[in-house]
Formats: sequence, structure tokens, C-alpha cells
Amino acid sequence: MEEEVRLMKGNEAIAHAAIRYGCDGYFGYPITPQSEVLETLAELMPWDTTGMVVLQAESEVAAINMVYGGAATGKAVMTSSSSPGVSLKQEGISYLAASELPALIVNVMRGGPGLGTIQPSQADYFQATKGGGHGDYRLIVLAPATVQEMTDFVGLGFDLAFKYRNPAMILADGIVGQMMEKVVLPPFRPRRTEEEIRQQCPWAACGRGKRDHRNVITSLELDSAKMEVNNLRFQETYRRIEENEVRFQEYFTDDAEYLMVAFGSVARICLKAIEDARARGIKVGLLRPITLWPFPTKEIARLSEKVRSILTVELNAGQMIEDVRLAVDGRVPVSHFGRMGGIVPNPGEVLEALEKLTVNK
Amino acid sequence: MKEEIVIAGFGGQGVLSMGKILAYAGLMDNLEVTWMPSYGPEQRGGTANVTVILSDSPISSPVLDMFDTAVVLNQQSLDKFESKVKPGGTLIYDPYGIHHKPTRTDINIVPVDAMEASLQMKNSKTYNMILLGALLKCRPVVGNDAVIRGLRKTLPERHHHLIPLNEEALRKGMELV
Repeated sequence: MEEEVRLMKGNEAIAHAAIRYGCDGYFGYPITPQSEVLETLAELMPWDTTGMVVLQAESEVAAINMVYGGAATGKAVMTSSSSPGVSLKQEGISYLAASELPALIVNVMRGGPGLGTIQPSQADYFQATKGGGHGDYRLIVLAPATVQEMTDFVGLGFDLAFKYRNPAMILADGIVGQMMEKVVLPPFRPRRTEEEIRQQCPWAACGRGKRDHRNVITSLELDSAKMEVNNLRFQETYRRIEENEVRFQEYFTDDAEYLMVAFGSVARICLKAIEDARARGIKVGLLRPITLWPFPTKEIARLSEKVRSILTVELNAGQMIEDVRLAVDGRVPVSHFGRMGGIVPNPGEVLEALEKLTVNK
Repeated sequence: MKEEIVIAGFGGQGVLSMGKILAYAGLMDNLEVTWMPSYGPEQRGGTANVTVILSDSPISSPVLDMFDTAVVLNQQSLDKFESKVKPGGTLIYDPYGIHHKPTRTDINIVPVDAMEASLQMKNSKTYNMILLGALLKCRPVVGNDAVIRGLRKTLPERHHHLIPLNEEALRKGMELV
């Protein structure tokens, strides 16, 4: 069977997409609201069909280090979790980035801080885009707003991770993880053979073979001069990613006097509010960053030259707003509306926040 | 066409399943569909609700504050959602266990004795299909055949012998309106 339309949850779509992408291994530990990823993989039993490994680790820390090991051999490996679990993975993620390894990490965010709540949140924006673990590193961060994007970003995330030898993250939230929507699943792609992996990943530690040297994967470099060279190389990679991989979507921005910026499922709540606002004669548009890093800085700067003010809407106390303000550079006021702790604002509340903005200027 | 529906009741009444069957029927009729459940501990014994949107154009927000149609199965849900039906919209409820009836006059209020009907059918599991029948009589957003095709597609083969019973429950719900 090739392409097919199905109705499923975002979390289930991640599992289907991983198998169809030709993923070699998934390592995870259950946590609401993303447990369906592991559940669906267990139900689909891909080890019998594509040979993909699915393993429930003893902890999130174990899972990310299994990903580290798999990635070191050039395999397409992934893990998924939700906020507290992703915090546990941060050390491993930093090591993956420092070792220049491709991997896919999925965070279906829930309300924090701490163990928090199982309800939706976007409060891990800082963690995902500013490092999270220690050291100067970046993750490629994709923010899906639909179940279709949950599906598509598995392939995109892996492709970008391998292209730049850098871990990628799908930063979703409890809404897009738990909701069901129509989705077109991609066609099956066979897993790469050992030979193909050797060709694609000459750096991989998968046996010396006829190579004249041994590949060593490590993040440790005690010679500071060499460690700085490593850092300069990482930064050069990040500049290339910033130049080539910014993704975003604009809605109703042509004649907009006000601009909203929102990502993930919140962007859809904003769209509904915008439909109602436009019916009341408020000319408002939306920019939805699809990559949270690299951030669509230039595009927001361009739009800030033609709008009166900007409203960011997030399921947090105001995190992405800092990147929006940097992009806007003081040209127009930027304000924030958000709910926290697992509360999701409805379109009416967003419309109210927007109307306040248009009155106050 | 766009129909924004909320179904709310106790966990275990088949609230999420009813929404799922409706969503699958929408899929069968080539509509755009979103199904957004309340998830978490409230599913066990507490209240559960699901928002289902069916539309012939792309759907923006899966989260809503006002609905075209509400199906409420207990007092808490009635108290919570009566005010959230759009003027001119439809409120379907089962009077079983309801102490304070809905009072709004600007919406269509449809009581459906689904609990009683399911007891008559000697199968309490038909409860949510009876209500779905009532919903589709009031708001024919998908065809009965789409519901059955959806059931056939989603139910495991071993449960297919229950499809005629579900069909009967659906018809029963339609008659009750």
C-alpha cells in the first residue's frame, strides 16, 4: 500500500511515519501525553516487517543514551517523551550535538515546571531553542500544528538531522499529540542497508572495514585549542542551517495592520480568532514559525515594518516573544498573551486579547 | 458546511467513542475532521468530553468556546455547556439523572430518553449509538451509511457481528427525536 488517508492521533502518526521513513530504532519511556507513540509502535510490531528496533528503556536517560549509541553507528534513531522526560534527556542531547550526530527527539509538551500537569503546554520553548543541555549548541526545532505535520516532520527531521549531522527535535504539544485528524501517510521507504549507511555516513563507527583509520565518536576534547576548533565548526554548521532551513507560514498578512505570532496548535486557535476579528473589521494576520530554530527573524522584521503592533500567543509566560522582540528591534510594540499550567485559551479569549491591543494601540 | 460539536458526560458512557464514530463517518464522507478529547484522569469516573468538527473546508482551531451542537449526558456537562451553544444551535440531552433542565429559549433543546431505550434494547452499550442517531436526526451532517462504513473500517473483524445492533440503535435514536 502506498499513500493512504487515515484518521489518527498525532502521536500515532509519529509512530507510523517513523516506520515508513525507514527508521532503524526507537528508544523511549512512557509518559502522558505522548505514550501512544510507543504504544502504537508496539502494536505495529515493525521488528517483524522492516526490522526496526522498538525498545522500552528503563528510563529516559537510558533511552537517549541508546539513541546516542545508535546514532554513532549512522543509524536513523529516535526517542520521544514529554516535558519532564525531555529534561532528563538533556545531557544526552548535548552529547549528541557535541558529537555531531543525527537523531530525532520528539517532545509532546505538557504543563510544568516540575512534574506539573499532563495537559498541553508550550513552556519548553526556551529549553528546545536555547540549548536545554550545557554548552553552545543548537537543535533544529520543528513545531507541528496538524497531525499531517506530525507525520511529515518525522521525515523532515531525520533528513535535516542527517544533512547537517545535528540532532533535530519535533516540539509538539498535548493538543496535536492527542487530537485525531485526517492524515496522508507517506509511502514506505526501505531502511538503508549497511553499505548505504557506510556511504552516507563515512564518519559512523560501524566497523573499520577497509578504511585506513578508525572512526571515534566522542564529545570529549581536553585540548582547548582543538575544542575551540570543534566549537567553531559547530557554529559554522548553525550559520548554514540559519541560512537555509528557516520555515514559516503566513496567513492574511497582505493587508494586516496587526500581526499575531504563534506556533503549533496555538497558531490554529489564533486563526479562528482572526476569522472572527476580520468579520469585525480588524485587519490582523498571523505568522506561524514552523522552525522555532532557526527562527524566522528576517520575515518578522519585514512584517514589523508594515504593522502597528504585534501580539504573540503562547501556552507559557512569554518565551518566543523574546525572539520576536529581537527580530522587531523596537520598531513596534510587541505584547504577549498566554495561559499556563495546562490551560488552553479558546479562540474567544485570544480575540479579546487582540481587541485590547487594537484599542490600546 | 461546518458543524462544531461537543459531546460531554461521564467517563465510561461512550463519549469519546461516539465522537470517534462521528469523526470516522466524516472521513467516509470526505469531510475535514478534527477530534479533540479531554484526556487524563477525568476519563475514569469523572467527566469526559470531546470536540468534533466536521467541515467541507480546512479546519482552523480544534479547540472551541462555542458550539453548533452539544450532546450532554449528565448534569455537570449540562451546567457547563448549555451556555456554550451558539444561538439557534442544538442541545441534545438525556433527562436521566438531570435535576435542573436546560432553560435557554434561543436554542433547540432536544431531550432523548437514551438510557431508557438502551435498557429496552437490553444492551446498555447501545447507549451512545442511540444518542448518535438522535444527533444525526437533528443535524444530518453525515449519512447513516457513512457511520456504518466507519464502524466497519474501525471495528476489529471479531466485533463485526455487533454492527447490526449498532445500526438498530442508530435508528432507535432517530425515532426518539
